[in-house]
Amino acid sequence: MPMRNPVLQRQWRAFRRNRRGYWSMWVFAVLFVLSLGAEFVANDKPLLVSYQNELYLPVFNTYPETVFGGLFETEANYRDPYVRDLINADGWMLWPPIRYSYNTINYDLQVPAPAPPSAENWLGTDDQGRDVLARLIYGFRTSILFGLMLTIGSSLVGVVVGALQGYYGGWLDLAGQRFMEVWSSMPILYLIIVLSSFMVPGFWSLLLVMLLFSWMTLVDLVRAEFLRGRNLDYVRAAQALGVRTPVILFRHMLPNAMVATLTFLPFVLNASVVLLTSLDFIGFGLPPGDPSLGELLGQGKANLQAPWLGLSAFATLALMLSLLVFIGEAIRDAFDPRKYQ
Amino acid sequence: MSALMRLNDLSVWFDDPARPAVDGVSLTVEAGRMLALVGESGSGKSLTALSILDLLPAGAHHRAGAIELDGEDVQGWPDARRRRLRGGDIGTIFQEPLTALNPLHSVGKQIGEAIRVHQGLGRQAVRARSLELLAQVDLPASAETLARYPHQLSGGQRQRVMIAMALANNPRLLIADEPTTALDVTIQETILELLKRLQRELNLGILLISHDLGLVSRFAEDVAVMHRGKLVESGPVDDVLERPKADYTRHLIAAEPGGAPRPLPADAPLLLNAEDLLVRFHGRRRFGGFGGRDSLNAVDRVSLQVRRGETLGVVGESGSGKSTLALALLRLTHAAGRITLLDQRLDTLHGAALRPWRRHLQVVFQDPYGSLNPRLTVGQAVSEGLRVHHKDLNAAQRQARTRALLEEVGLSAEAVDRYPHEFSGGQRQRIAIARALVVQPDLLILDEPTSALDRSVQAQVLELLKTLQDRHGLSYLFISHDLKVVRAISHRLMVMRHGKVIEAGDTEQLFTAPAQDYTRQLIDAAFSRHRKQAVAH
Repeated sequence: MPMRNPVLQRQWRAFRRNRRGYWSMWVFAVLFVLSLGAEFVANDKPLLVSYQNELYLPVFNTYPETVFGGLFETEANYRDPYVRDLINADGWMLWPPIRYSYNTINYDLQVPAPAPPSAENWLGTDDQGRDVLARLIYGFRTSILFGLMLTIGSSLVGVVVGALQGYYGGWLDLAGQRFMEVWSSMPILYLIIVLSSFMVPGFWSLLLVMLLFSWMTLVDLVRAEFLRGRNLDYVRAAQALGVRTPVILFRHMLPNAMVATLTFLPFVLNASVVLLTSLDFIGFGLPPGDPSLGELLGQGKANLQAPWLGLSAFATLALMLSLLVFIGEAIRDAFDPRKYQ
Repeated sequence: MSALMRLNDLSVWFDDPARPAVDGVSLTVEAGRMLALVGESGSGKSLTALSILDLLPAGAHHRAGAIELDGEDVQGWPDARRRRLRGGDIGTIFQEPLTALNPLHSVGKQIGEAIRVHQGLGRQAVRARSLELLAQVDLPASAETLARYPHQLSGGQRQRVMIAMALANNPRLLIADEPTTALDVTIQETILELLKRLQRELNLGILLISHDLGLVSRFAEDVAVMHRGKLVESGPVDDVLERPKADYTRHLIAAEPGGAPRPLPADAPLLLNAEDLLVRFHGRRRFGGFGGRDSLNAVDRVSLQVRRGETLGVVGESGSGKSTLALALLRLTHAAGRITLLDQRLDTLHGAALRPWRRHLQVVFQDPYGSLNPRLTVGQAVSEGLRVHHKDLNAAQRQARTRALLEEVGLSAEAVDRYPHEFSGGQRQRIAIARALVVQPDLLILDEPTSALDRSVQAQVLELLKTLQDRHGLSYLFISHDLKVVRAISHRLMVMRHGKVIEAGDTEQLFTAPAQDYTRQLIDAAFSRHRKQAVAH
C-alpha cells in the first residue's frame, strides 16, 4: 500500500526509529510465519517421498502402508524402520528438520522419559517421550493464534460498544457502564474452572468463554475517545452537513479513536496469551495432548529433575512476551504526537 | 530616564544559525515605562522575551551582544545567580492563566511558594506578604482567597493571581506575554489598568508582548515592531503608530479591520426567522440525586431575523451563549422555540426529514486546526457535502466542483490532494468555508471565524467573506467577541449577555448611540484611543 497519507508516513518513520521495536517486529514476524508452517518444520512424516519413480506428499495426503509395499491398510508410519527400509530400497524421503510432530512419541529413548537434550531430541523429551522442540513450535502457534483471535474478537466488540456509548452518551452510556461494572467483577478463572467441570474445554469453546469477558478492556478507552470526538468541530461540521451517523462514526471518529486502540493491541495480545498459558498450567485449558506452553510449564514443575522442560517453556514465553511488549512500545511511540512532530 | 534592561543584538535559532528565528534584535526597557513588543504570530516576540529569562524551549539556542540589567551583563553570571533572576528581579506573566497555575494547589500555596523560594521567610511573614500582594492586585485580601483553587476563580482573577506571583519578590522588570489575549475585552481593560497602576506605583519596567495594536496604543509608552525575527521599527508609541516609517508597520496598522458592509437592498426577503429560542443546560441533581436540579439558560428566549444577503453580527463575551445559539439554529443541540427558514419550520423536523434542509444552513468554526479532520484530504473534506446532498454527481463531477470552489475561496485547485496540516491557519479557514459553501447554502453561520488568525490574515478572510456574499447573495450570522471585526461586516448587530439579547439594532446606530451601559463598555474597550497615562512625559 503506498502510504500517501502523511500522518501514516510520519507514524511509520517514528515506528522505525524505535530500533528495538522495529527489529522485534521482524523477529516476531519470522517466528510467527515459521510456526504457521509448523507441519513443514517439525513432523513425523516426510515432506516428500519418491517411491518407484512416483512422488508422494505425506504431509497433505494419507497413504496406507500398502502403497509402499507394506502389509497394513493403515496409514504408513514413516518412522518405522520397516517402512523406512521399504521406501529407501526403491526411492528416497525428504524429511523436515525436526522429525517429530507434537504428539510423536520417541520409543527409541535410551533413558527413561523425560530424556535430556540429545542430537535426536534437541531440547530433550517430555515425560511422555514427546519431542520438546516440536511441542514448543506447535504450542507457540496455538498460543499466538488463540491470542490473536481473542484480541481481534474482543477489540471488535470493545470498539463497537465503546463507540456507541461514547457517541450517544446519556442512558445508553450509563446503562452500559453499570453493566460492565457488574460483568467485569466476575472472576473469569473460576468461571472457566466451573464450566470445565461439565463440558470439555476445546480451542473454540475456550475462545468464546474468554471473549465474553475480555471485550471490556478497550471499551473505556474508545468510549473516552468518542466522547471527546463528538464535540470536535469537524464532527459538528459533518453533522451540520447532514452526514449520516454511521458515516460520521466510521469516517471521522473511528480513525482517530483507533490510535489509542492500536497502541493497546499488543498488550491485549500479551494478556490473552498469558491467560491461556495459565489455564493450561493449572490443567483447565486446552484438552490433554494438545501442544501448549502452559502444559509444558506444568510438566517442568512436576519434573524438577528435568530442567530442560521448564527452561524451554520459560524461554519461549519470555521471548514471545518481550517481543510483543517491544513492538507495543514502538507502536506507542509511533502514535505519540508529542514525541515526533 | 535610565535603562533598566538592555538587550543588544539578540539572535535565536533552532537548527541552523544561518536561519535565525530572532535576528539581531536590540531593545531597551526603561524603569517606569511600558515597552510593547508587537508582531504577528511567528515573528519571534515570545522567543525574544524567553531569551531574557534563559527559558527557551528545548532545541533553541540564543546569542546576544548583551543582556544587561542595570548595566550589568547577566550572560556572564553563574547559572544559579541567573536562575534567581526569574521570579526575583524579573517577574513573568503568561498568556493562559489556567495552565500557568497549578490546578492542585491553592492560591495561597502558589503565591507563598514564589515568596519562599526567593526570600526564605517564615510562615507568618509569607502569609502577611501574600495578603499584601492580593490587595495590591485588587483581589479580596482574605484567608478565603488564599484557600481557593484556580478552578474556583474566573479568568481575570486567575490572571490577577499570576500578577501577584510575579510581584512577590519586588521585581523591577515585568515580562507580560500576551497577558490578556485569553480574556474577554472588558476584563482585558481592567487587567491592563492594574498593570499600569503597578507600573506607576512600583516604578516597574514592563515588557508587554502583544498582537493587539489597539491595546498597545492605549497603554504602552514605547513600542517595538517585529517581523519575521527582525526588529522593524521602535520608538515612542505616538511616533510609531501615528507616523510609521517602516512599510510593515503601515501594513500592520492598515490591517486593523475597517470599512463597512455593502448596503443591503431595501426589499431583501426574510430568510431565517427564529423566535423564543431557549437552550437549557441541566446541572446535577442536588442532595444525591433526590433534590431539584440547577439549570442554566444558555440561550434565553432569543429571537432573531436574517434577510437574504444580510449579515447579522452577534457579539458578547465568553459564556454569553453565542456559540450555543449557533448550535441551536443548526439543530445540533436541543432547543425550544420556532426556527423558520424559507417558510419551512425546521424545529419540527427530525432525522431524515431534516437532512435535505441542512443544506441551506452551514457553519464555519473558530479553530482552524480543530475544524478539519487531519486524516482526510482537503478534497475529501470539501466534497463530503456533495456526497450527502448531490448524490447524482459522479466522482469526476464532484472533483470538478471541489476544485472550482477551492479556487473561488482563493486556494489552488491542487490543494485537493493535500492534507490540512500542510496549510496555514488562514488557508485552513478558507478550506472550512469551501466545505460549507459546496452545498450552496443560503445562510452561513460563522462562529468566531477570524479570532484565531493574525490581523492581516483576518482582513483577507473578511474580504473573502464579503466577496462571496456579493456573488452568491449569502446571508451570514457572524459571531464574534471582536467589535472591530463585527463592525466591518455586519448590517445589524445583536449584543448578548448571560444568554439574553440585551440590545439589537442597526450596526452604525448601535455604535454611535448604544442604549446599554454594557454595550458602551464593549465599544469603549474596542475602539477608544485615548491613552491611559502612567508617567508624565
